[in-house]
Amino acid sequence: MANAHHKESFISKYVFSQDHKMISKQFLITAIFMGMIAVMLSVFFRLQIGWPGESFGIIDAFMGKWGEGGVLDRNGYLSIVTIHGTIMVFFVLTGGLSGTFSNLLIPLQIGARDMASGFLNMLSYWFFLTSSVIMVFSLFIEGGAASGGWTIYPPLSALPQAMPGSGLGMTLWLIAMTLFVVSSLLGSLNYIVTIMNLRTKGMKMLRLPLTMWAFLVTAILGVLSFPVLVSAVVLMIMDRSMGTAFYLSDIFIAGEALDVTGGSPILFQHLFWFLGHPEVYIVLLPALGISSEIISTNARKPIFGYRAMVGSIIAIGFLSFIVWAHHMYITGMNPFLGSVFVFTTLLIAIPSAVKAFNYITTLWKGNLRFTPAMIFSIGLVSTFVTGGLTGIILADSALDVQVHDTYFVVAHFHIVMGLSAIFGMFAGVYHWFPKMFGRMMNTKLGYAHFWVTFVCGYGVFFPMHFVGLAGAPRRYYENSAFTYLDGVTDLNVVISIFAIIGSTGQLIFVFNFFRSIFRGQPAVQNPWKGTTLEWTTPVERIHGNWPGALPEVYRWPYDYSNPEHDVDFVPQNVPLKDGETEH
Amino acid sequence: MNFLILLVVIFGIVAIAQLAKVSDLSASLSGRREEDISKADSRLIGALFMVFFAVLMGATIFLYTSYGNMLPESASAHGVEVDWLMNFNWWIITFVFVVVNALLFFFSWKYAYDPARKATFFAHDNRLELIWTVIPSIVLAVIIIYGLKTWTAITGPASDDALRIEMYSKQFDWSARYPGADGEFGQGNFNLITSSNPLGVITREASAEVLNTLEEKIGKIETNLGLELGLLQAERATLVATIATDDHGHGHDDHAAHDDHGSHDDHGHGEDAWKSIAEHRIAEIDELIAHGGDGLLIWTEAKIETQRAKLHRLKRHRQRVLDVKGFELESGVDAWDAGKDDKIVKGEFHLPVGREVEFVFRSRDVIHSAYMPHFRSQMNSVPGVPTRFKMTPIITTDSMRTILGDPAFNYILLCNKVCGAAHFNMKMDIVVESEANYEAWLAAQETFVPAEEAAEEAAEEAAEMATEEPLAETAMQH
Repeated sequence: MANAHHKESFISKYVFSQDHKMISKQFLITAIFMGMIAVMLSVFFRLQIGWPGESFGIIDAFMGKWGEGGVLDRNGYLSIVTIHGTIMVFFVLTGGLSGTFSNLLIPLQIGARDMASGFLNMLSYWFFLTSSVIMVFSLFIEGGAASGGWTIYPPLSALPQAMPGSGLGMTLWLIAMTLFVVSSLLGSLNYIVTIMNLRTKGMKMLRLPLTMWAFLVTAILGVLSFPVLVSAVVLMIMDRSMGTAFYLSDIFIAGEALDVTGGSPILFQHLFWFLGHPEVYIVLLPALGISSEIISTNARKPIFGYRAMVGSIIAIGFLSFIVWAHHMYITGMNPFLGSVFVFTTLLIAIPSAVKAFNYITTLWKGNLRFTPAMIFSIGLVSTFVTGGLTGIILADSALDVQVHDTYFVVAHFHIVMGLSAIFGMFAGVYHWFPKMFGRMMNTKLGYAHFWVTFVCGYGVFFPMHFVGLAGAPRRYYENSAFTYLDGVTDLNVVISIFAIIGSTGQLIFVFNFFRSIFRGQPAVQNPWKGTTLEWTTPVERIHGNWPGALPEVYRWPYDYSNPEHDVDFVPQNVPLKDGETEH
Repeated sequence: MNFLILLVVIFGIVAIAQLAKVSDLSASLSGRREEDISKADSRLIGALFMVFFAVLMGATIFLYTSYGNMLPESASAHGVEVDWLMNFNWWIITFVFVVVNALLFFFSWKYAYDPARKATFFAHDNRLELIWTVIPSIVLAVIIIYGLKTWTAITGPASDDALRIEMYSKQFDWSARYPGADGEFGQGNFNLITSSNPLGVITREASAEVLNTLEEKIGKIETNLGLELGLLQAERATLVATIATDDHGHGHDDHAAHDDHGSHDDHGHGEDAWKSIAEHRIAEIDELIAHGGDGLLIWTEAKIETQRAKLHRLKRHRQRVLDVKGFELESGVDAWDAGKDDKIVKGEFHLPVGREVEFVFRSRDVIHSAYMPHFRSQMNSVPGVPTRFKMTPIITTDSMRTILGDPAFNYILLCNKVCGAAHFNMKMDIVVESEANYEAWLAAQETFVPAEEAAEEAAEEAAEMATEEPLAETAMQH
């Protein structure tokens, strides 16, 4: 990097950049836009669920022929539910979260000049962007976007006769997802190779910050599971376009007995959830890694039980591969197989419990600095516990029979994956914003943003458990046909009101984010007094990260309030004092 | 209204912008940096966490008491156990939920930033970590054991005298089928579905009817294709060209065209015969083209393509129907006859109280899911893969109406797997009643093949058997 200061053109610096810091910003800004679209869609369908059949100007204005007269159309409803889920799970919480923070932090925290392959990294972003564009544009086509739910179970999604969204909309969904997987694989391979090979001198595996461990395991999960999604998608494309019958059998639809026998729709579910369950942890682990780092830094205390934390990340990663069929207890799968999955699924609660208790012990007798990142991380611990606990009920097959596919499930995964993961993402943005843009985000607006999000997040998803327990199925356009659900009508109204306030509240973040890029207070080199290597780089964010030699690492990343030192933090690149033993 | 919302949004944005500006200004005046959290802010946020916790607990108590029991007590036997298990798990997770959140928010309040204090360096403690690995493991083991016990009971085999009902789903309704007097369901086959046989129940008549319809459709398309002007002209051109090459090329170079018409072994004689057939066909085509008039069709390439594809599909369908074979069921009932006395109902179905019922689920088009919330029962209905679920209703509809004080109450079966636009409307009422009432209701239902007709048929069949001309075979050979 001798020529780190050479002039770069606008294109190579901001568009086709191979610098990991720029690519991370590209991922983040794309994800913010995708997130805004997905949140807006959720407001539209919450309007319908809260006040079924009522006319709303905003739906009339945005939904075109699917919102004529301001009332959401039934197919339009299903398609925005589907695209909301797809965008949130894949584009915001997978691409956005891993793409942003793995890219930004891996080279900075392990002491590398850049990713192992800057070019692959750039490709990864451009595949991501292309697939995002295709996914969003599928909302604008004649038959409407894919609308069989984000899990696209065949035969519903495989047969264009079954619903309008299963035509071109579904084709675009499949294409977009294939490109997305390419992006994710390029990124993940890069992350793994970089962490394994480019660590600076002294950065042993057990001196890695927990963010690195989380990103490493996440990338491994991605590399092992996303190809299975591609195979599921390829078989689906063949069933749709080439007359095969992998997922189809004995079907009579639109007045015709189809020439398909011998396939099984359940096969798709196995393939899908073989990705789908690790995917949950692909979403969650980076958030947990980020919050570990932030909680330790701002509690001015080492993270409690570093090795246990590493162990639980690995355990969760491993277990996530052998629990997938807990999504399928009531598909007619062999009940004994169901029992096995009950067992493995509930095992995951153990490493999760260890993590939660370790977070809390880290707070105990700490000196908690409530930066916006810190309070979002505390919020994350709360939602992680609250949402994780209801997973115990869903993992129990006998109980799943009753609550499967009801709002109980929606509440569960939105709290544990939606809120926790998005809180991790927000926390990361507030914390590392100075590393990205050399400026600070406004703290007061950060507070306002947190409280709106936290209160509304609980306000939306906590009562939702009770809607589910009352037996309300998810993905229903309205419950008017079922008088036994009259009792939860008012809960649905409350949920929708919280959803609207909470969604609008996100504008505080968007405003703060974009304003701070240009007008924020200029940052100092190490604003949070952190120990990890990214805070030893200059504020200017140069190509190659460190102007001189790469830093050398002498200690673990959590030397906060170490009694052997006078200062309350000792960066990783400070050599051990005479007689000091490394922790 | 819209204008008002727009105004609120605009003012909101302006307010946020002003707030940001003020806070920036005050920061630059006092030299405060964004990362410096004032003591007042720390205390405020710590306090807010405690307030939040209090509100969360209040909301939890309110929701548990007001919305915790929206569903009445379980109307099925296994559901009682499920409810017990649910409560058992529920209290465990509620306890953990309260304790962990309490600690989290309490610590957040108690240890809020104080520049005078230094945090305690406390990096790990094996004993503590062991405790919170082992205790959750024990609790989970208990949860797993109880859960699997219930699960095994729910999914075990149904008793021999269980009532069997087939639930059949399609976009967007359910039907229930009772096996009738012989206790056997007629086999279902999706190839035999017609508007009068929506479940595709196999009977000789159903098979013959479908074959007839298919023959009709196939015949119609074949006739139409034979009247399409472009195709006729093309056929004529090919014939003329082949005759011409045969005349000049001694018929040795190009056999492909001849092979289509067969009989080319015996060169001299066969050739002449073929030629005369070809000439005859040419004359026929000329006649058609000249005098066909309105009968002739002019189609686009695309239309011809789709018609041919349709023809292919219809022929495949015909083959699949022909492949449907009869056999004798274990009970000695002929599979062709088992379906005749089946009873198919829509809109609502009845169950006797206290008797185990085993549902068999079939689906016609996409995956549906039969959810019976009052019975704590649910099972997916998957095309091509029959599924099962058993339960025993223990509270009659009337008793439940009394319990709820709602004379209009009905048990319900609804679709709980997204299946298309009208998914939210796909339901069936369930009536649970005494065995006697159930028998009376069932007796009043029409059989699949109405009884008189079945009797007539049986007589006919007997007569035919006597003349050794089984109806089945005529139908098959047709």
